[in-house]
Amino acid sequence: MSITPQQVDHIARLARLDLNEEERQLYSQQLSAILDHFQQLQEVVTEDIPPTFQVIPSQCPLRVDEVRPSLPREHLLGNAVDVVDNQFRVPPILE
Amino acid sequence: MVTKKQYEAVIGLEVHAELATRSKMFCSCEVVDSTSAEPNIAVCPVCAGMPGVLPVVNQAAVELGVRVALALDCEIAPVSIFARKNYFYPDLPKGYQISQYEQPLAQNGRLVIKTSQGEKVIRIRRVHLEEDTGKLTHINQNGQSYSLVDLNRAGVPLLEIVSEPDLGSAEEVRAYAMTLRNVLRYCEVNSGDLQKGVLRIEPNVSVKEAGCKELGTRTEIKNLNSFRALERSVAYEIERQIQLLQKGEKVLQETLGWDDILGVTVTQRSKEEAHDYRYFPEPDLPPLVLDKEWIEEIRRNLPELPIYRQRRFQWQYGLSDYDAEVLTEERSVADYFEEVLRIAPELSPKVVANWISGELFGLFNQAGTGFSPNRLAAAALAELLQELEKGTVNQASAKVILSEMIQSGKRAAELIQAMGLMQVSDAEIIQGWVIEVCEANPLQIDAYLKGKETISQWLFGQVMRKAGGKANPHIVRVLLEKYLHGLKDDQQA
Amino acid sequence: MMDDLTLLTLSKVREGLRSAEFTSRELLEAYLARIELYEPSLHAFLYLNADRALTQADQADQRISAWRKDPTEPLPPLIGIPLAVKDVLCVKGLPCTCGSRILEGFIPPYHATAVRRLLEAGAIIIGKTNTDEFAMGSSTENSAYGATHNPWNVEHVPGGSSGGSAAAVAARFAPLALGTDTGGSVRQPAAFCGVTGLKPTYGRVSRFGLVAYGSSLDVVGAFGKSVADVAFLFGLVSGPDALDATTVDLPVPQVRLSDEPSLKGLRVGVPKEYFVSGIQNEIERSVRAAIDRFQELGAQIVEISLPHTKYALPVYYLIAPAEASANLARYDGIRYGPRNPAEAMWDIYYHTRGEKFGAEVKRRIMLGTYALSAGYYDAYYGKAQKVRTLIKRDFERAFDQVDIIAAPVAPTTAFRFGEHSNDPLAMYLEDVFTLPANLAGVPGLAIPVGFDQAGLPVGIQLMGAHFAESTLFQAAHAYQLTTSWHTLFPDQIQRA
Repeated sequence: MSITPQQVDHIARLARLDLNEEERQLYSQQLSAILDHFQQLQEVVTEDIPPTFQVIPSQCPLRVDEVRPSLPREHLLGNAVDVVDNQFRVPPILE
Repeated sequence: MVTKKQYEAVIGLEVHAELATRSKMFCSCEVVDSTSAEPNIAVCPVCAGMPGVLPVVNQAAVELGVRVALALDCEIAPVSIFARKNYFYPDLPKGYQISQYEQPLAQNGRLVIKTSQGEKVIRIRRVHLEEDTGKLTHINQNGQSYSLVDLNRAGVPLLEIVSEPDLGSAEEVRAYAMTLRNVLRYCEVNSGDLQKGVLRIEPNVSVKEAGCKELGTRTEIKNLNSFRALERSVAYEIERQIQLLQKGEKVLQETLGWDDILGVTVTQRSKEEAHDYRYFPEPDLPPLVLDKEWIEEIRRNLPELPIYRQRRFQWQYGLSDYDAEVLTEERSVADYFEEVLRIAPELSPKVVANWISGELFGLFNQAGTGFSPNRLAAAALAELLQELEKGTVNQASAKVILSEMIQSGKRAAELIQAMGLMQVSDAEIIQGWVIEVCEANPLQIDAYLKGKETISQWLFGQVMRKAGGKANPHIVRVLLEKYLHGLKDDQQA
Repeated sequence: MMDDLTLLTLSKVREGLRSAEFTSRELLEAYLARIELYEPSLHAFLYLNADRALTQADQADQRISAWRKDPTEPLPPLIGIPLAVKDVLCVKGLPCTCGSRILEGFIPPYHATAVRRLLEAGAIIIGKTNTDEFAMGSSTENSAYGATHNPWNVEHVPGGSSGGSAAAVAARFAPLALGTDTGGSVRQPAAFCGVTGLKPTYGRVSRFGLVAYGSSLDVVGAFGKSVADVAFLFGLVSGPDALDATTVDLPVPQVRLSDEPSLKGLRVGVPKEYFVSGIQNEIERSVRAAIDRFQELGAQIVEISLPHTKYALPVYYLIAPAEASANLARYDGIRYGPRNPAEAMWDIYYHTRGEKFGAEVKRRIMLGTYALSAGYYDAYYGKAQKVRTLIKRDFERAFDQVDIIAAPVAPTTAFRFGEHSNDPLAMYLEDVFTLPANLAGVPGLAIPVGFDQAGLPVGIQLMGAHFAESTLFQAAHAYQLTTSWHTLFPDQIQRA
């Protein structure tokens, strides 16, 4: 299962990861090897097998609609590097 | 206009409605009005997407979602699944939105709309629960350009309602939007305020040749903040697409905004390739299993929906189409109307209807606030109308008293006395006034006797004026007529 | 005296504090003295909380004195006792890096529920331990802050991802440590470091405050010197949590370990798929010897088959990275964590994530993104979830026949640094025996059963049916009553 560097670019874009040329090549190679190894999964018959999304079957518990105190604003903003007017600041979105 | 007949518009609407719960969808932060609150005061580690936090579903949000889905005649899924919708944006703290994908809360519903062409059933494809994003504000000042993120709105419960592309015109789109908004208000789920963004409407518009099976390319219009903008943008977009196709050009699949000033749809900043949302079931939330009993209880407690209430008002109270529609547009007004009748069942429904939609609406619209039932107790209005019915006051006086009731908060009985507006029905007194007025206006009497019948109207007005507006108008009319006829007889004699 | 205190079992420590044989301060000082001596060569900690811990020890001592005068109110069960916490679990007010540069300087304003419960029980947090970045790894070499060294031989890895916690207990830096196990990250380092390590059933312990890696697999686990110690911690930390919708609403059993080392009536399954060629000889030998001991104690040994075992690796390495790719999408430097400067908004994401995530994390994010992407979901993520069902069913069928399953923890003992650096797949293969339990959600308990010729520890893992931790504890405890592997600690830790 070969993952080309171009495919790596596409995945990196979807995941918002900057990769340098060396990484592109390395990951292309490593991901290909890994996915090759995973091809064996295709041999398993799973026609009528349901997927396991919850390993311990249970139902979604519902929370009573009550308001609890939010984080004091200093605690919310305290870990951020760029705060202006009590909001998180980011550079403009340029296309 | 002839060429237009060749094309049909195929429109679907995607509506996002904020649910009026106290706390957010997946955490216990308060739901605040993010357009007016201080930024970032209703945020916790969960809705801020901090490391290690987990979502817990708000029961009331589920209940409201089911309520709306039932009001839209949908099939409720006994088991529905939350899913992660993955994409990056600064107002999306986790880098994914918890929504529903393959197994939504409800499917296959319908909404009946009324247009100038009559009634039409619009099918609802699906209704599902999800969380709202935060708010991004763009700042451009002093040569600096940046964006600010406020997370107050992040995590607020949203209901997404998707229609089938059954709408065929801008008028239908508006009717659907307004009807849906009304349903949401009736269900007490949402205030329906487009300006505040608690209700967001996105039309998907495409056109195709009449009779053709294949659908055309769709465009999506976003950021519409009024029904007018909705209608105008859809009308414009249909036309734009038709013109393109007629020229032999292609319609591009894109997301558009609406420029209300220029009256055109505009390409939004070029989007990157279509998002690959990589949906997968939310591992932090087990399947949502809805108890049949609970669904039935919600169904039993459904409010009577606007269209049914409107019809009932027509046959039960004998109201006109128009009156019934006006009264049922707001659930609270319809409730108010029926409350007045419940307190004073002897009143004529038509009279009550007129006083609400005519007088009350008029007074409050003038004040710029719009009528809402908590401004004047139903019992207070009932009392005034009962006094009118009994003849304690006349119509004109009653209007004056109503205005004063709203200003002062005092009740009708008290004000009638205090303002001395009790209707005078004493025939002797009125007769006295009639005689006084007639004797004081010999020229007009002359004119009347010579055949100008309309003078009697003016004389009537004079008598009412003399009476300070308090005379019983019927008695005045009878006595005045009698007096004037008497004069005529005398003349002929 | 100082050294003796760090050798005491948990129950002896509790007793000693209550009887004023020694104080909490003396206990803390004993542990801190060892940390001062050996931490430079082991690097088990990313953050040492010494000053605050000593203050808390003094407070504990005051409380214990008061209690001795008036014992009406019981003392919190872990009062005065130090605890190490893996740096993927949030402790309010202390840094939480997850072994990553992208969370450098991040201080959570909230506790993980597991941490909060132990603090309420009186525990004193002595420090945050080293981990593979975001718990992705099997050696702790993927930590952005340097690797931890195995106390038995500092040229070898302690295992991962909870290498810091395992090393801390083995080196006697703390009697108890919290770790997490998504694919073996408690059991494998426990085996590599010769300590006892528990992976509870999925849903037993709240994940609130545990920085997510593989949400359907992550479990908070515990390290201790013995089964008794770990079982005690388990009782305090488990139970439903309103903040975690995946916790199960089941009461936590009161574990009372019998001092009768009899395993009569216990059926122990030995899965043939775990004894394939390629396992280090000494491991097979020690594990089989341990199984023989179970038999001597009265257990019935049954050979079983878990036929889909070999697929656990691809299944795990598609599901965990897929969930991780979404779980790690929040790291962008906008609301917390450092940020790489940029002129355009998207560059903040690309640069910050590109530079501050390590290679293994990036690899798994990409693997996971790919497995979920349009056109590939069915073949990868979708397929993996179906095969996961088959793996889970293997266990269900097995537990119809047996009560517990005994197997090796890893195919090798602690390997040397750099051994798998150029081959991620080879590193993944270290996990083959531990992954299935995570995929099936079953509990697993690792205990030491011997050493290899190089003097490195060998462990065995016992797996049970969902929520059957008590059975595991009883069996392992019986073994520990009649053996002394778990009482051995490295007495000469090589200095840096």
